[in-house]
Amino acid sequence: MSVFNQSRSRVIQIIFLTVFIIITVQLVHLQVFSSKYKMAAESNAIFRKVVYPDRGIIFDRKRRALLQNNISFDLVVTPVETKGLDTVALCNLLGIDTAEYRKRIKEIIFKNTAVRPSTFEALLSDEMYARLNENMYKFPGFILTERKARTYPYNIGANILGYIDEVDTGFLRRHKDEGYESGDYAGRTGLERSYEKILMGQRGVKRFIKDNKSRIQGSYENGMYDTNAVAGKNLYTSIDVDLQAMGEKLMTNKVGAIVAINPKTGGILCMVSAPTYNPNYLTGSARKKHWADLALDPRLPFNNRPLGNMYSPGSTFKTVSGIIGLTEGVIDERTTISCPGYFTGCGTGKPKCLDKGTFSFTSAIAHSDNTYFSTVYKRLLDQSKYGSADSALSAFNEYAYTFGLGHKLGVDLPSEKNGNLPVGKHYRKIFGPKWYSCNVISNAIGQGEVQTTLLQLANVMAIISNKGWYYTPHIVDSIEGGDEYDMLASYKTKHYTDKRIHDSIYDAVQDGMQAVVEYGTAVRSKIPGIIMCGKTGTVENYDHGVKQQDHSFFGAFAPRDNPQIAIAVMCENAGQGAWAAAPIASLLVEKYLRDSIAGPERQAMLKEFENKNLIPLQMRLAMATRDSIKQVKEAQKRLQEKINKEAIDSTDDEEIAPEIKNTIPVKPVKDSSQKKKSTAVAAILNDEEKKKKQKA
Amino acid sequence: MSNKSNVSQGVDWLLVLMYALLLGTGLLCIFMVEYKPDTDWIASFLGGKTNYSKQLIFVGICAVVATFILLADSKLFTAFANLLYVFGILLMILTFFIGKNVNGSKSWIPLGGGFNLQPAELCKIFTALALAKFLSMQETDFTKFKSQLIGGAIALAPAMLSIMQNETGLALVYFSFFIVMYREGLPPGLLIIGFSFGVLVVATLVVEPNLLAIILSAIAVLIIYLLRRQIKRNKAGLYVIVAVWAVCVGVQRFAVPYIFNNVFKCYQSTRIYSMVGKDYDCSLNKHQSSKNDKPAKKPDDYNVRQSEIAIGSGGILGNGFLKGTQTRGKFVPAQSTDFIFTSLGDAFGFAGCFLFLALYLLMLFRIIRVAERQRSVFSRVYAYSVASIIFFHITVNVCMTIGLFPIIGIPLPLISYGGSSLLTFTILIFILIRLDADRQMVLR
Repeated sequence: MSVFNQSRSRVIQIIFLTVFIIITVQLVHLQVFSSKYKMAAESNAIFRKVVYPDRGIIFDRKRRALLQNNISFDLVVTPVETKGLDTVALCNLLGIDTAEYRKRIKEIIFKNTAVRPSTFEALLSDEMYARLNENMYKFPGFILTERKARTYPYNIGANILGYIDEVDTGFLRRHKDEGYESGDYAGRTGLERSYEKILMGQRGVKRFIKDNKSRIQGSYENGMYDTNAVAGKNLYTSIDVDLQAMGEKLMTNKVGAIVAINPKTGGILCMVSAPTYNPNYLTGSARKKHWADLALDPRLPFNNRPLGNMYSPGSTFKTVSGIIGLTEGVIDERTTISCPGYFTGCGTGKPKCLDKGTFSFTSAIAHSDNTYFSTVYKRLLDQSKYGSADSALSAFNEYAYTFGLGHKLGVDLPSEKNGNLPVGKHYRKIFGPKWYSCNVISNAIGQGEVQTTLLQLANVMAIISNKGWYYTPHIVDSIEGGDEYDMLASYKTKHYTDKRIHDSIYDAVQDGMQAVVEYGTAVRSKIPGIIMCGKTGTVENYDHGVKQQDHSFFGAFAPRDNPQIAIAVMCENAGQGAWAAAPIASLLVEKYLRDSIAGPERQAMLKEFENKNLIPLQMRLAMATRDSIKQVKEAQKRLQEKINKEAIDSTDDEEIAPEIKNTIPVKPVKDSSQKKKSTAVAAILNDEEKKKKQKA
Repeated sequence: MSNKSNVSQGVDWLLVLMYALLLGTGLLCIFMVEYKPDTDWIASFLGGKTNYSKQLIFVGICAVVATFILLADSKLFTAFANLLYVFGILLMILTFFIGKNVNGSKSWIPLGGGFNLQPAELCKIFTALALAKFLSMQETDFTKFKSQLIGGAIALAPAMLSIMQNETGLALVYFSFFIVMYREGLPPGLLIIGFSFGVLVVATLVVEPNLLAIILSAIAVLIIYLLRRQIKRNKAGLYVIVAVWAVCVGVQRFAVPYIFNNVFKCYQSTRIYSMVGKDYDCSLNKHQSSKNDKPAKKPDDYNVRQSEIAIGSGGILGNGFLKGTQTRGKFVPAQSTDFIFTSLGDAFGFAGCFLFLALYLLMLFRIIRVAERQRSVFSRVYAYSVASIIFFHITVNVCMTIGLFPIIGIPLPLISYGGSSLLTFTILIFILIRLDADRQMVLR
């Protein structure tokens, strides 16, 4: 029995040991091998506060800040700590009533608990901030926290600068390993997007220990793992604030675009997209409302037209086909071609020409003769040495590609379009394998399938001014502290056009372009004392098969001997190139070269174009429709308010109703001051009453 | 009796040392839970307002009680064993009439002055003594079924009362007396059957009912096939197998669902289900009255998860004393009482937990060693009772914090905050030490 029981004692010991081993195994699982619990513990207990650095500033070519960082303040409340708060005083400062206060606090507690700080009033005005800041000691549980926002002192360059916005899930997926978290802001368009890496700087992280109600208990490990924020780097651009501002002013109430390039460097001097918007609209408290307004505008202000829209370049393309014609030898500078009113080469009577007569190369450019360049183009494609139009077109494109046409230039802004140089394959599909030059003759004069962005057109002007080379157009010249990510390298290499094109050919084209301004189509836009070379374009266009007013194009550079600026201007549905685009370009060129517009005539021209409304009819109609819908809605809203007010008036509570009546029409600033006075009186009354009571 | 002049004679100092070490660890743990870095802990300590200072007062009381026990005569315990047991049972019955409702169980007797007594807690001591008394009686032959039945009844009577008081956790503790009875001759088959039954219940919860029935049938067929020779010789074997199979399937198909739906309360069923990672549908529960009870939204799962996270947070070496992130953040509910183990895991990690559990294990082994050196059956049975009760508490409490057992609110011996529990274990251990000091005597 004793032996038997001894063994049972052993069994019991083994049972004990087994259970302890099981427990130990589970502990090993929990504590040693399972990082899940460690991480869960961290997310439980450690509050990572991201410290946002200042975003980098963007400067223009004269180191003037195109945008700045501005600190605005939020009023933040922790409801549990508001005991003993002078609610009335706070409400008076904020210009709200106590009922509103209670409603907001209730909402905050519902949304974010009473123990965590939440925003009570966002983006305080400077005046409000000053008033609150003096009195903060009176309001336990309330603090003012700063928030950084962008401001744009010149109100220009929205399409270039872009905006920053809260990141969405798609963005987070695309930038998985870059440390973004939901709630972060990132550049979504423009330079803010292209140079996000540089502008954002390095975020710092502070770790705090928090408790089960997410209250901060202190810093984690005395800040051993905290990292400091490193401010974003500044960008120095080639943009000229004055030119950009003037361009935007000239393009008000027009639809179109301007690109001006410094041909020596490829730096973009101004890039206007019209209609545009004030970049300050998209910062601050009214941001959402403005964004919705802009997004629904039928004039598409978010569309960056100089890059994002492709247009037929029209007659401005004649410069390119002329250069190629001269290079290939199908014409020379002395070749003359006469026009009876239309192009006779294909027997279709198209295209027509404006002036009848016989043209040399120079005068053909000066008067934009369609027959001359149709003949050149036909001769180019019919060259026997290529065998077919197909391979001749390839040879043509070979040249054209070196002018930066038909593919993205690689400017440092997002959403650039390719443009289009039609290829033989495309025509084989339409006209069959035996297509010939007359099928595609409209390409000669920049209609048809040839499409460019306005940036490409400006770049072509820069190439002609440089006689055969260009730097890729770009906005950012240099980055503070060096080009860490090698983002500017591609803007430092010189690109050359086809080697077969001699300087003499460029001279011939420049002669023609000078003639355009001297006595040709754009004679009205001649700048006294400046030799400008230019080329007008008048582009036929159709909307849903209905012919619209022509697009007005102008490409130019000046001065001819030492080109400082190459420019392309486009005005949608504004008629001939000489009517709108050329004068605007000439004004900008003068402004850039002389820093001012000289003479009463030119000043009058400036005034005229600043005030001209050239919004296309269709857009005006769309806007009118939108506005009338808006008006109807507003009228309905007013009616509803009126009904509500009457309902309140009819109730017994007569004290509230007049108050509402008063507050609605009075402007908010006045409103608050009025309330202030009234409470001051009330306070005195209270004191007096107290004194009376004491005496009693 | 001749040694009576010197109280300390024969006292097992090793056991006392372990007891003191555990008490110290307990105080430390409670201090960690209560500690706030920005308050002056010395002031709050002396103020007596915090749990650790209260626990220290209890420790003082325990020291006094322990001294009295050491001074007492061993014969006292044998003499009063049955009487105390009856007294304990009466106290438990009394709770039904004057009991105070604490956390949904009516098992507390208010003593006045803010103190409450839980008779079921005290009854552990009385039951241990009574069982020892019964088994040590000369006329008891524990190999006989009748004696085994009486022994079982002595152990389970308070358990029954506890269940009626809605204190399932405390009731379960009384099952630990089966370990003692096993030592004293209970057939091992019972333990095996009990264990198998446990496995079956767990399997019922985890495995889909029809699949389990198929598995059970397959096992039965397999066994019949393997034993076909024996069965040919003796048909009785077949009947036994079929009977066992029928019982198993019956338990699995009917008994377990019946118990979960009709015997257990909704929250109990939910806890057990949540432990195996399943949701329990409370609408099946008989106790679920549609108007009063809110649908339980897995609060128990939250407790276990936070508890596991806190322990896992410690890693291998822990976050350090007073640096446990989960402890400081008060993420674990009831951390100073039932979930005290988490504070250890959080602060000292696997190393600390392992050492701590090793200390417990050493203490249990020491008690068994002490038990086996007794001359009198009474002392031996009592010693085994103490070991079993402590073992059961540790197992259930620790397993519940690490997610191996459903949440049952029973304290960790000598560690958890709480006066009654501390006092109970102190009395249990010091009676053992007293009895052990007189191990040369034959007590009946």
